[in-house]
Amino acid sequence: MRALVLLLMLCASLAPASAETLITSLSNHRVLITSNYTGTSIAVFGAIERDAQTISRATEYNAVVTVRGPSQYLVVREKEQMGPVWINQEQQKFPLAPSYLSVLTSAPVEEITSPQLRQRQKIGVRAIIDAPDFTNAREGADVPFRDALFRLKEKEGLYLEDERGVTFLTPSIFRASIPLPATAPPGNYDVEVTLLADTVILARTITHFELVKTGFEQQVGEVARDWSLFYGLATAVIAIFFGWVANVIFRRD
Amino acid sequence: MPVSVLLILGMGAAVGFISGLFGIGGGFLMTPLLIFLGIPPAVAVATQSAQIVASSTTSSLNALRRKALDFKLGTILVIGGFVGSVLGVWFFAAARRAGQLDLVIVISYVTLFTVVGSLMLKESVREFWTKRKGGSVRLRRKAGEHAPYLGLPMRVRFYRSKLYASVIPILGLALFVGFAGALLGIGGGFIMVPALLYVFRVPTTVVVGTSQFQIVCTTLVALILHAVANQAVDIVLASLLIVGGVFGAQFGARAGRYLRAELFRFLLALLLLAVGLRFAMELVVHPAEPFSITMQEART
Repeated sequence: MRALVLLLMLCASLAPASAETLITSLSNHRVLITSNYTGTSIAVFGAIERDAQTISRATEYNAVVTVRGPSQYLVVREKEQMGPVWINQEQQKFPLAPSYLSVLTSAPVEEITSPQLRQRQKIGVRAIIDAPDFTNAREGADVPFRDALFRLKEKEGLYLEDERGVTFLTPSIFRASIPLPATAPPGNYDVEVTLLADTVILARTITHFELVKTGFEQQVGEVARDWSLFYGLATAVIAIFFGWVANVIFRRD
Repeated sequence: MPVSVLLILGMGAAVGFISGLFGIGGGFLMTPLLIFLGIPPAVAVATQSAQIVASSTTSSLNALRRKALDFKLGTILVIGGFVGSVLGVWFFAAARRAGQLDLVIVISYVTLFTVVGSLMLKESVREFWTKRKGGSVRLRRKAGEHAPYLGLPMRVRFYRSKLYASVIPILGLALFVGFAGALLGIGGGFIMVPALLYVFRVPTTVVVGTSQFQIVCTTLVALILHAVANQAVDIVLASLLIVGGVFGAQFGARAGRYLRAELFRFLLALLLLAVGLRFAMELVVHPAEPFSITMQEART
């Protein structure tokens, strides 16, 4: 921990001198998932470097950590009553929705940003989901679908916002813990750290980590996708084999 | 999809027991159970076909040894079944793209089960009454008496099945069973057996073996097509179902020899109606969460 902070300090001293400089580091750039994976977390460390020219600030620093998982083409459908039955009718497409989205902040987003800034800079889960380019706006008809996406993803633990997710260890050093549930899909995750003070963005960094699935389940999944014919045949062979075994074991004559 | 291994094994054994008891594949029970458990209908249907292959392999081999299998009739049924399976898997994929697969599966189950269930119930109640009165319920073919559809062109003689009929209605039946099987994750034995018995008047001794032979072949094709076209087969889930089902079926078959046939059919009809009603509930009851998310594709 101390070595890491020292390393961050060293990096900071090499950075060009302007206003505040933000240095961030992840505890891990590669998360391996095995078949008995029950979820894990990744730590983000950040240090704020000031130099002689930096003006002194009356308010405290605030940090927002936004983590986005690999994008997915999602379709949200709504069941409606038609006669006596409930069937899927309206749908809304989300062509580039993040499979995982978490926003960790040091204070409630409403307190540390202005509504305009949130909207423009997409700070906070709601701002990201309500952004006009997230899905096509259909004069308000899209709103329940955006809400449903958030609600359903939140239930799975894949979308979340935590206003106590970032902790300042000293006034200029903070840490955050990114929770990754077992359902988080493999792929590249972007970690965007934004430094704010008095509802103004001071600095921003982007780092990445990769979620890699290993072990039996992943291999099976890969075979099913890339060798689907072989996979189908293998399942068929297993089925016939057991059918034959049962016939031999329980022979009645 | 985290599901308890023991639960799946237990369900496989329970459904296997029932399937052995009634001499049916059990797919029509297992697939709905998997769906009610929360497994996506697509995966449930595709994976269940592996279990059907296993259980019908066992019964086909049994029939083969007892020489209760008409290969000629079986082959015709297999050809029709193949075409039906291909159509079924294609329709399955199309419905999935349109976002209406769940609806198609649920509605098909409701229709099929209520229709077949009520027919069987009617039949078994009538059988029960005639037996009470001491009458005979044996189905016997009178000489020269043939249904008109058996006289269509392309007539073929099936010696073992004591049948001389056009292949067109036979192919049609097999096509329908293959289609329903691929779409619903059922072997279709519960449609095929009564149809061969009552419509084509094939002797009881040959019916089950021949139907099982047809089911092995068509379900095998459906399984591989599902794996290739829809990638909805789960090999781990399939293995668990197979192991549970195969052994459960043997004990079911043993227990079955101590029960009366018409009571069976009555119970089976009730079972079908119950599953059908359970599905109908799914359609009619106000959903707690009307929204659902499906992933069209992953982008990396």
